[in-house]
Amino acid sequence: MTTTAVPLTTRKDWTSDQEVRWCPGCGDYSILAAVQMLMPDLGVRRENTVFISGIGCAARFPYYMSTYGMHSIHGRAPAIATGLATTRPDLDVWVVTGDGDALSIGGNHLIHALRRNVKMTILMFNNQIYGLTKGQYSPTSEVAKVTKSTPFGSLDTPFNPVSLALGAEASFVARTHDMDRAHMQETFRRAHAHAGAAFVEVYQNCNVFNDGAFEKITSRDARSSMLIPLEHGQPIRFGADGERGVVQRADGRLEIVDVSEVGEDSLLVHDEARDDPGLAFALSRLARGPFEPTPIGVFRAVERPEYGAEMARQVVQAQERRGVGDLAALLRSGSSWTVG
Amino acid sequence: MATKSEHPPEQLDRVVIRFAGDSGDGMQLTGDRFTTSSALLGNDLATFPDFPAEIRAPAGTLAGVSAFQVHISDHDILTPGDAPNVLVAMNPAALRANIGVLPKGATVVVNVDAFDERSLTKAGYEANPLTDGSLSSYSVYEVPMTSITQEVCKEAGVKPRDAERSKNFFALGLVSWLYTRPTEPTVGWIAKRFADRPQVAEANTRAFRAGFDFGETTELFESHYEVRAAPFEPGEYVQVTGNQALAWGLIAAARQAGLPLFLGSYPITPASDILHELSRRKEFGVRTFQAEDEIAGVGAALGAAFGGALGVTTTSGPGLDLKSETIGLAINLELPLVIIDVQRGGPSTGLPTKTEQADLLHAMYGRHGEAPIPIVAAMTPSHCFDAAIEATRLAVTYRTPVILLSDGYLANGAEPWKLPNLDALPVIEPGFATGPNHTADDGTQTFWPYERDERTLARPWAPPGVAGLEHRIGGLEKAAGTGNVSYDPANHEKMVRIRAAKISGISTDIAPVVVDDEHGDATVLVLGWGSTFGAIAAGVRRVRARGLSVAHAHLTHLNPFPANLGDVLARYQQVLVPEVNLGQLSRLVRAEFLVDAHSLNQVRGTPFRAAEIEAAILSLMEAP
Ligand code: SF4
Repeated sequence: MTTTAVPLTTRKDWTSDQEVRWCPGCGDYSILAAVQMLMPDLGVRRENTVFISGIGCAARFPYYMSTYGMHSIHGRAPAIATGLATTRPDLDVWVVTGDGDALSIGGNHLIHALRRNVKMTILMFNNQIYGLTKGQYSPTSEVAKVTKSTPFGSLDTPFNPVSLALGAEASFVARTHDMDRAHMQETFRRAHAHAGAAFVEVYQNCNVFNDGAFEKITSRDARSSMLIPLEHGQPIRFGADGERGVVQRADGRLEIVDVSEVGEDSLLVHDEARDDPGLAFALSRLARGPFEPTPIGVFRAVERPEYGAEMARQVVQAQERRGVGDLAALLRSGSSWTVG
Repeated sequence: MATKSEHPPEQLDRVVIRFAGDSGDGMQLTGDRFTTSSALLGNDLATFPDFPAEIRAPAGTLAGVSAFQVHISDHDILTPGDAPNVLVAMNPAALRANIGVLPKGATVVVNVDAFDERSLTKAGYEANPLTDGSLSSYSVYEVPMTSITQEVCKEAGVKPRDAERSKNFFALGLVSWLYTRPTEPTVGWIAKRFADRPQVAEANTRAFRAGFDFGETTELFESHYEVRAAPFEPGEYVQVTGNQALAWGLIAAARQAGLPLFLGSYPITPASDILHELSRRKEFGVRTFQAEDEIAGVGAALGAAFGGALGVTTTSGPGLDLKSETIGLAINLELPLVIIDVQRGGPSTGLPTKTEQADLLHAMYGRHGEAPIPIVAAMTPSHCFDAAIEATRLAVTYRTPVILLSDGYLANGAEPWKLPNLDALPVIEPGFATGPNHTADDGTQTFWPYERDERTLARPWAPPGVAGLEHRIGGLEKAAGTGNVSYDPANHEKMVRIRAAKISGISTDIAPVVVDDEHGDATVLVLGWGSTFGAIAAGVRRVRARGLSVAHAHLTHLNPFPANLGDVLARYQQVLVPEVNLGQLSRLVRAEFLVDAHSLNQVRGTPFRAAEIEAAILSLMEAP
């Protein structure tokens, strides 16, 4: 392990020589730029950084980073990352995935990586559509969505990815969007610093198959009135002048109110470190979809034992207790007998 | 009562004993203990545990019968025996389920206490077989195992209901007397195993001793027997099952390669014991990961391999189906990965606890696209150790997934194993990339992840962490050399052919197939693979005992075949291929070598009997 200082880098150092092949105007470009520009600030080494993806538009991401990377198979990135992260705690493992990859075909791997709390930073680009396969509805598409595979409208209730992650015992859950580089970078920075599995939902515009899906909340004009920034230790309020806020009613329900009506002191103070994920879950249910005021930022950030570290601890403990394994002794661990 | 201990035991050269009872009767444990004390006596042995898929099928029914067959001898043996000489039946169902395989004249020891009206009906007997004369061609011994066990345990204050559970130790004690096994190893084992439950230990010990004394002091048995030690090669021996040897082989392989071992696995019968064994061995730096499913098991193993570990996944048939996609990815990534398939009866859930060899073509072809990978098969329980090392050697050397085929028979079967010389194990060289391997046109040094070794055609293995070697790999077709995504048709053709050539080239790096042709004058060759080794070799011995010549070749490499296999096959007029499937290797050798191979097949969930192999060889010899 090298002890020399991490070399100073620029975005260019983190950019591979491969031509980026997303559709012009795709939200993925701004997410890529945000990540490439953030990396020099994280104080990490390129050679110790790995991006792992599954299949989908988002999954091309690793090819554009000049780090180690693997473009794997549909939905399996969290499983592959689990094997890598648990055997190589010295690496920074990032998983880049989409709503179809993470929540449909790979749903099982996502929830288990989260509950185990394996050290990995999962960026899930949610565009509420299948892009790479040319426009079928996804597990986050709104009900009645008309697509090539649902000409009469989709029937399934969508997942709320933040609710899902919280339900899966995730220790870090956040949401950001592709129109705000600063917010993305701050969210990614926090996620990266988290000592466990970090899940970040990134609202991402697919301008070809689902253009404007988040426009009602993420467009420049709408943001202040439609995005509810979550800041740890701060009252939850939004609006150009902070005129609206969130309160918790006596029955536990969260409600959006005018601050002038309830008074500043009645506002709910955001506590991302609460042990009980119930309030974070309630916050994730505040908006029924990206057309109502929607919380963004860190919903939950709690400390919990990290899986790979625990696995390593068991190895060390076994070696302390029994000494480093001796194959010759192992083969004789039952009863042996000698002939001749 | 008169004691007969002054009678010296009669000598036997071999005996096959089958312990049978309810799933809850502890028959596997009983058989296992008998096996261990026989191993310590120096007998050669082979075992065949045969149990139902249900953990506790309804008590007393045929479906719930669990059996353990053990063959002990004073000479070298190869199989658990075609038919038992002795059946120990703990209840009517156990008798009924096993009487069919018993040759006339065999000995039957029954727990007569269990032959009540209700149990007889449950087992489907209309009349009591002990009294209706249907067992007249057997020597039947009726022993009140339950009641004596309860009686001796009562003195130790054990309630009859609890004492009843110790009756398998009574049976073990009785059979131990019958075959002159020492008592100390079992008594010592009971004390150790039940150290935290002294009353259970006491009950089991009393039951065991009571069984032994019953044989010694009653006049029921006319004589007792001894099977002397077999003349083993000098050396240190242990008794191993296939799954145990396989787990140890993986630890040894990781040691030989200097790599940390990572196992990603999902519980599945009959492979789970490998996961269990490895998860106990963390002092070897072994990391075991019980994944959320079969796909995650192999995915995590592949992720670990990307990071420079020895990535292994263990499974059985249905799990192999699920892993196919990831194996395909590993083929494109060209990373080492060891996939262990402990085959069982299929398709689908099939026969989870029964053996079969029907996954060979799946291992060979069960992926989309042109996706060749090496296949290694274990021949005997102890050979699983060597097979694990060989699979690892090929995976690491050639940067490829390798499937290792074991099966239910090997997994649970036990045999004595002469411990290997650890200094003589093959050294496996991971040869990680350390620096650039390519000079660009402008003279700069770069790293090309798909540049190849000239001899092996393997690409560099460059785990993350080395500055300057950063690279991206993936399932999309790679451009030769650079490894960049390439949709170029000519490049795809080139890469498909290179991947195929890399695997087929392994044929020169594996041991040639050895032919056992005693006098070199055989015209019939028996070609087997994997776990049929014992039965084929025993069948061949029987044919030779008739003064006839027959040759035997056994494959442990199924893809690619050893380089000399074509020549070997061409030397014989007839080739017989026995397989526990409907003819999979026979198809492969027919296709590859245009040889008119005769298939001998059975899929009963049990290994071949030596007699079946013998009969097939003889009928082939007689054929015009
Ligand atoms: S299809 Fe949509 S998500 Fe995919 S690259 Fe194009 S715009 Fe982006």
